Amino acid sequence: MVQLNNVRMVYSSSGTEALNGVSFKVDDGEFVFLVGPSGSGKTTIMKLITGEVNATSGRIIVNDFDMRRIKRRKLPQMRRTLGVIFQDFRLIENMTVYDNVAFAMRVVGASNRQIRKRVPYVLELVGLEGREKRFPNELSGGEQQRVAIARALVNNPRMIVADEPTGNLDPVRSLELMLLFEKINSMGTTIMVVTHEKELVNAFAKRVISIDNGVVIGDGMDGYFGNEA
Amino acid sequence: MTEWMGISGMKLNRVGYLIREGFRSIFTHGFMSFASVTIIMACLIIMGSVSLLSLNIDALIKDLENQNEVVAYVDEKINDDAQIRAIGDAIRTIGNVQSAEFVSRGEAMDKFMSNYDSDLMEGIDETVFRHRYVIHLTDISLMAQTKAQLEAVDGISEAKAHTQYAKAFVSIRNVVTVVSLVLIVILVFVSIFIMTNTIKLATFSRREEIAIMKMVGATNSFIRMPFVIEGLVLGILGGGLGYLAEWGIYDGLTVKVVGSMAGSFLNIIPFTSVALFVFIIFIGLGILVGVFGALNAIRNYLKV
Repeated sequence: MVQLNNVRMVYSSSGTEALNGVSFKVDDGEFVFLVGPSGSGKTTIMKLITGEVNATSGRIIVNDFDMRRIKRRKLPQMRRTLGVIFQDFRLIENMTVYDNVAFAMRVVGASNRQIRKRVPYVLELVGLEGREKRFPNELSGGEQQRVAIARALVNNPRMIVADEPTGNLDPVRSLELMLLFEKINSMGTTIMVVTHEKELVNAFAKRVISIDNGVVIGDGMDGYFGNEA
Repeated sequence: MTEWMGISGMKLNRVGYLIREGFRSIFTHGFMSFASVTIIMACLIIMGSVSLLSLNIDALIKDLENQNEVVAYVDEKINDDAQIRAIGDAIRTIGNVQSAEFVSRGEAMDKFMSNYDSDLMEGIDETVFRHRYVIHLTDISLMAQTKAQLEAVDGISEAKAHTQYAKAFVSIRNVVTVVSLVLIVILVFVSIFIMTNTIKLATFSRREEIAIMKMVGATNSFIRMPFVIEGLVLGILGGGLGYLAEWGIYDGLTVKVVGSMAGSFLNIIPFTSVALFVFIIFIGLGILVGVFGALNAIRNYLKV
């Protein structure tokens, strides 16, 4: 569950006001699109949720963690409840598909046995069976993003947050990816997809939170609201 | 402490993984690892050589100090044995007196005569010489003070001491100690600086990996551990190899110095008598430099 209450964010380095009074709540098990043009504040919301930056004022709850009061040493625990996916995949180039996914489990202290059991299951779930020994540069963009999804899923997070996951993919691959997210959502994981692709959003009848100029301008099931790109 | 090392609650296979990662990094950055080991080695050898030199100078000065004696002459009017013994006892109560040996005028003359051609000295009467106490001091730097105390003893007419030599010895020793300490401190910092930069290169090429680790919820100690292990291993390697090199250099130089004319009179400390001490210091400093360098290098990447 993610809840933002009257969140304001001013970057101290540049003095830019990225968010001004943003409030919304995403319940467990929901599938939500967070949309808006570039510079609208989408990425800032992502960073606030993952604990990369701290809000100037307001209240943010992520999976029961109060992000404005969280202690630094508690951040890893909070992050383990999230699976994060980026536009540029962020895979480790010199590791195989299998190791990229297993790596995320090792980091949180899983045993070799747990890893051997869980990784093939997750790779199959995202449709990458048979690709275990490939390296990221031997895969297509869509496949690389699936590795990133497998990595985000492998620790069984309560919520997946994807920042422009289809930004580097063609429309067909993008659609496939969204279907994959839908499948994951149907298994109980909350999904929040940050995007500015209107057509993709409108192809799914999901809740859409629209942001522009750091303010929520729409929240509902009516599709993409506001300007694209 | 355990939290800092990242061991708390960590399963054994996780420790194994972190150790493997540490070693992997050493080999992936082979050249930089080689460079850091060499630098640690070089710094330790310079440091060790300066310390061993200062140790030898110290021993040499101590040796010379022991030969530097104070002579206290007994009043010529006193010839009574009991009285002379009482003077000796009074001398020995002075704090800085390590030993006081009585030399009678007869013994003093014999010693004197043995140094010169006896024909020339024929006819010299032993009354020309005075009874005396030959005194060795505990602390040579207090020589002038002790001399005054000796002269204040009843029955001592005069005390002779080479205070100017004593001053020179003390100042040489002080200079050697200060110079070697300063050098050691500088070299420790230089080594930590170089080690920091070496591991920084390793962390730079792995910053993406570190960012991903943070993103999936790795603790700081978990991220730190492989780098600390890398620093530790490089430090131990540098320390160990430096120790062997130091041993070789020292033994080689000892043979040369003792073999030369001037050096044959010197009493050089054999390496074996300080080997354990040097080993502990080298390994200890190697570990200190390696681990501090690693912690220093990784600090910036852990802030997010």
